[in-house]
Amino acid sequence: MNSPSTQFVPSRRMGIYEPIHQIGMWGENFKSNGNPSASVIFEVDNKLENESETASHEMLAPSNKHDQEATKPIDKIQRRLAQNREAARKSRLRKKAYVQQLENSRLKLIKLEQELEQTRQQGLYMGGGLEGGHLGFSEAVNPGIAAFEMEYGHWIEEQNRQICELRNALNAHISDIELRILVDGGMSHYFELFRMKSTAAKADVFYVMSGMWKTSAERFFSWIGGFRPSELLKVLVPQLDPLTDQQILEVCNLKQSCQQAEDALSQGMEKLQETVSATVAAGQLGEGSYIPQVATAMEKLEALVSFVNQADHLRQETLQQMSRILTTRQAARGLLALGEYFQRLRALSTLWATRPREPA
Amino acid sequence: MDKVMRLASEKGVVLFSKSSCCLCYAVKILFQELGVTPTIHEIDEDPEGREMEKALMRLGCNAPIPAVFIGGKLVGSTNEVMSLHLGGGLIPLLKPYQTLC
Repeated sequence: MNSPSTQFVPSRRMGIYEPIHQIGMWGENFKSNGNPSASVIFEVDNKLENESETASHEMLAPSNKHDQEATKPIDKIQRRLAQNREAARKSRLRKKAYVQQLENSRLKLIKLEQELEQTRQQGLYMGGGLEGGHLGFSEAVNPGIAAFEMEYGHWIEEQNRQICELRNALNAHISDIELRILVDGGMSHYFELFRMKSTAAKADVFYVMSGMWKTSAERFFSWIGGFRPSELLKVLVPQLDPLTDQQILEVCNLKQSCQQAEDALSQGMEKLQETVSATVAAGQLGEGSYIPQVATAMEKLEALVSFVNQADHLRQETLQQMSRILTTRQAARGLLALGEYFQRLRALSTLWATRPREPA
Repeated sequence: MDKVMRLASEKGVVLFSKSSCCLCYAVKILFQELGVTPTIHEIDEDPEGREMEKALMRLGCNAPIPAVFIGGKLVGSTNEVMSLHLGGGLIPLLKPYQTLC
């Protein structure tokens, strides 16, 4: 590939070259197409000529420049000018082709960077952390997970819209009937998420467990692929004052039963971890063959899907019970509080990611 | 299946489980926390296990195990037990069978 600097050599040379100077050594069969055998050498710009193929057909035989000043055939000068123009034209074409190639490469690079960012967000998915170094881009995307990610993006948009609507509705003091519609819509929206997660868990349960589809601060609080139901109650209850005595009692009971169910599932998960660990480590380590152990462990891991579903069921049940205990207005306030809590967590994640860091 | 029906209608809290099932383990933990000691039948350790599992499926639970019966009546699987508990309906059912820890 010619370097750009040499493209301009002909025009520079044209400046140096004085048309009236006689160059008598030109052969009759001189070709302007860069035929090296017909090349003549320019004394003035030797270095540049060596690098450039445009130079080749303009090289003259050395030393005779001054001797030939006497004879000045016009047609030879004209021919030389024509050749220079030709050379310049070719240079421009080459430059254009080069720039075009640079532009294409740039677009390709942008596209690759975007793809990389997407797959990076899928995290686990690209075999990161496993010795699945053989998992190349070609094996990458699980359509179930790709679909989930897209749906989740829409879910978030709709969630944000609903939060705004709730806020406006509560400030505007609309009727309970209208508010109920918003509350039911909000609840349905959460249930929709649990349905989406259930489908995604069948596609890749580790993906759902990892919480990769959520922001970093949300992931910090993750419990079996989502938020803790008991945490949900902790966020909600302070926002709901005043509660009647009956409500206080029922919320208290819900908190307790929720915590007990959560603990039971947590212990079940620990048991699953122990079981899988024992299965993987079975037999002699260091022997280098482990297919039976890994195969058995895989069977046991199927249970993970049930746990994720059970955890989501607990979340759904907690929301439903709260909705039952509260009045419509309280439920609306509760949904608003919950929605805003998660919005703040997402904002926290963004701020965290862009916080100024100590230079390495 | 006779065996399942007979075992299920026994007094108290009856749990059909598998020793290897971790979700069943979670349900056991929950009962323990609520002060109840269920009668546990590990069907994977029973020679008629497969028959029992099919019979439990036919009873209509979304999963054959864990299957919980209280006082001879089917409560359901993990989903039903959890829903019942959060709704406040499980403890009243367990009251007669609760032992003080």
